[in-house]
Amino acid sequence: MPDLRFGDAGPTDEERIAVDDVVADLGAVLVVEGERLVYAGRARTAERRHLLLPALHAIQRASGWISPGGLDYACRQLEVPPAEAYGVATFYHLFTHEVPTATDVVHVCDDVACRPVGALDLIDELRAAGHHVKASPCLGQCERGPAVLVQRTGGHDLTIAPGSVDGVAVAISGRTSSASVTLHQAGSPGLRLLARVGVVDPGSLDDYRANGGYRALDAALAMGPDRVIEEVTTAGLSGRGGAAFPTGAKWRGVADQQGRPRHLVCNADESEPGTFKDRVVMEGDPFSLVEAMTIAGIAIGAEQGWLYLRGEYPVAAHRLRSAIEQARVAGLLGDDVAGSGKRFDIDLRVGAGAYICGEETALFNSIEGFRGEPRNKPPFPTTHGLFGQPTAINNVETLVNVLPIMVDGGEAYRATGTERSPGTRLFCLSGRVANPGIYEHEFGITLRGVLEAAGGVIGADEPHAVLLGGAAGFFVRSGQLDLPLTLEDTRAAGVSLGSGVVMVFGEEDDMVDTVRRVAEFFRDESCGQCVPCRVGTIRQEEVLVRLRDGATLDAERDLLDDLAAVMGDASICGLGQMASGAVRSALDLGLLEGSR
Amino acid sequence: MNDIPVSTPRRLVELTIDGGTVRVPEGSTILDACRQEGIDTPTLCWAENLTPVNVCRVCVVEVENSRVLVPSCSRAAEDGMVVATDSEKVRTSRKMVYELLASSVDLDRADAEVHAWMDHYGADPSRMGDRGDIATVAQRPKVQDDLYVRDYERCILCYKCVEACGEDAQHTFAIAAAGRGFDAHISTEFDVTLPDSACVYCGNCIGVCPTGALVFKTEHDMREEGSWDEEAQSVTTTVCTFCGVGCNLELHVQEEQIVKVTSPTDHSVTNGHLCIKGRFGWQHAQS
Repeated sequence: MPDLRFGDAGPTDEERIAVDDVVADLGAVLVVEGERLVYAGRARTAERRHLLLPALHAIQRASGWISPGGLDYACRQLEVPPAEAYGVATFYHLFTHEVPTATDVVHVCDDVACRPVGALDLIDELRAAGHHVKASPCLGQCERGPAVLVQRTGGHDLTIAPGSVDGVAVAISGRTSSASVTLHQAGSPGLRLLARVGVVDPGSLDDYRANGGYRALDAALAMGPDRVIEEVTTAGLSGRGGAAFPTGAKWRGVADQQGRPRHLVCNADESEPGTFKDRVVMEGDPFSLVEAMTIAGIAIGAEQGWLYLRGEYPVAAHRLRSAIEQARVAGLLGDDVAGSGKRFDIDLRVGAGAYICGEETALFNSIEGFRGEPRNKPPFPTTHGLFGQPTAINNVETLVNVLPIMVDGGEAYRATGTERSPGTRLFCLSGRVANPGIYEHEFGITLRGVLEAAGGVIGADEPHAVLLGGAAGFFVRSGQLDLPLTLEDTRAAGVSLGSGVVMVFGEEDDMVDTVRRVAEFFRDESCGQCVPCRVGTIRQEEVLVRLRDGATLDAERDLLDDLAAVMGDASICGLGQMASGAVRSALDLGLLEGSR
Repeated sequence: MNDIPVSTPRRLVELTIDGGTVRVPEGSTILDACRQEGIDTPTLCWAENLTPVNVCRVCVVEVENSRVLVPSCSRAAEDGMVVATDSEKVRTSRKMVYELLASSVDLDRADAEVHAWMDHYGADPSRMGDRGDIATVAQRPKVQDDLYVRDYERCILCYKCVEACGEDAQHTFAIAAAGRGFDAHISTEFDVTLPDSACVYCGNCIGVCPTGALVFKTEHDMREEGSWDEEAQSVTTTVCTFCGVGCNLELHVQEEQIVKVTSPTDHSVTNGHLCIKGRFGWQHAQS
């Protein structure tokens, strides 16, 4: 490293202890110096820098903000230039850069799912009650909004859902989050991914084993890596994060690389508005994810797994941390996994409020201690992933699908779903349905079937509109209720299942404002790196504000078309490329005129 | 000095650009291939002495079987690639990038080619809305010392200054991108002034800035008082006298006063970069 110049401000005692605690972990994970690569022009000296994000969390927790003294101390310990560390710290919504005025920051979701259920009123009420309130994008509690996240100085964060003034006060004094919700499908015989959720004690490895846990790892170790990948390929498993890439092919691609070390990364940065499926799995059955990551890691020849969890899930973080620790103690992670002689361990990394970090290459940069700016592809993660090394990255739901494949075999797995979309899918039901929550259905169920299983639309036979797949998805209307929800049918219809979001809107909901909020979301979450997305998303939002305020659609249509073209064609990553999808679909379906 | 390239011969790859067959050495970018064929391609964040960051997206081209457009500045040419540089898609995206930038940033002092390309693509930033009604990066310039001015309402966030300050030249790391989205900006830590930062005043950030956001204080002051006149300036090439490295200097002189110092980007010693002495230590020549 070059001679770096640091500042003069010293840390507080709390900050020094907090940062030292993070740096003490140095050596716990094996990272070799990254090769120089041409993505963003930065050589990757990785030994220490990957601890920057944990160190920033430690400072924020200790002091309630990222103070100059705390940041400077972390920079000295980690050999990071202060300007770059400041650039990283200011990238994330959950880090504060001004002297805090309150011990607790109350984040209230005002996103598309929580707005219709009183989020804006709750913000006013909490402010009136004296809280320091920040409006937040989706907090992933969409089945029980309005959602609240209390970020605490000197203590762990709390989730309160549904939020209320009294609920927030009670949670803060009792230091407890709202309990995880029960599944509407609990106990149903057809459940594969949710079978243990609400049944097993999420804090007990013994109970997990008593409910069939770790049978899949035993089967996988007996099969060996090649057979494991073959079974996953036979099963036809595809990615559940939105892009639906075949999982077997991804794993094969990494397993065939010469380069070492390799990494397995679990993308648990679920931040798509309306999405909360991974949260339900991680809170209700955390060992299943630990087991699935172990199987995947050994299959691709990785000794290190990284679990990147969004920062807004304190309950999931607590339970996963405990599950990883128990698995280590039991010899199910570590130098000799279950007596197999294979080494595999998992490092939990927590995000800090940035939707973009769910984009795989932005996620790598975030772990590495850089700004969560996506890299240009190619090169792809298979060859140049985390630290520039071969990496397989999978979503939580994708990984837990591996467990039934190991136990029952790939052929048996194919018996559910459709020929081209085998298996089951988790759907996140929110909005105007009788029983919002997570549902597991076979691929091929119709949208109507999904709505009926959730008790149907409230106050109407059919929804006014449905946001399918999340903010990066599309609106659909009553004409598409009989669309079979498979990869092939949705693709043919020009929509997408995305992250499984089914958000239902009624006649009473303000669709122009909803679509404007979607546009605001993309503007707020753009990383700012490339021009089409950085400026395009704010121009798109401005158009929707003008429409809300009475501008005519005809005057704006050409501009919306061109914005959609440049964002879709010329943005670096999927965020910009998808930023106009929902807006365009609303336009095409007449939702922007219909509500006026 | 070694101006004779000595390297192992590279294999040639063959691709098609706008219907014509092009052969370039393996490892060349699509932009290299375009330039070899004389196909003019706009760039903003690309520079020959910096690592491509491919963020401005103005050099995008259409590659057959690619779902989205690709940045020609960083994408390697491959055998059998079929590239279109003037398709409808390409023209729309390039025009829009210029319109998006020009609607949010003051481009009045940008390189002349920026305006030529905007004319070429018929870019009309005014259709984004009235300047007063839409988001821009308008702000007051940062004048914090006698050498530099940072005038960020002219910044297009091309990252060139960050690269020149960091690994591509100076290894000082005084500035980096901070904030996110439309609020992203170039900053020192906690926005401390340059004298309080790691800045060593090499001026290499000024040397690479394409839009006049980073300028010599001399230039800024002359522009403010209306006396800056590039037509009236002569450029004298000389060798810096401060040490034995042998950096070429280009002295920009107006009315017998040095107003700016640059170095040629193709110079084998500097690659266009200088240190504080060569860049700003000219007062003795005028005394």
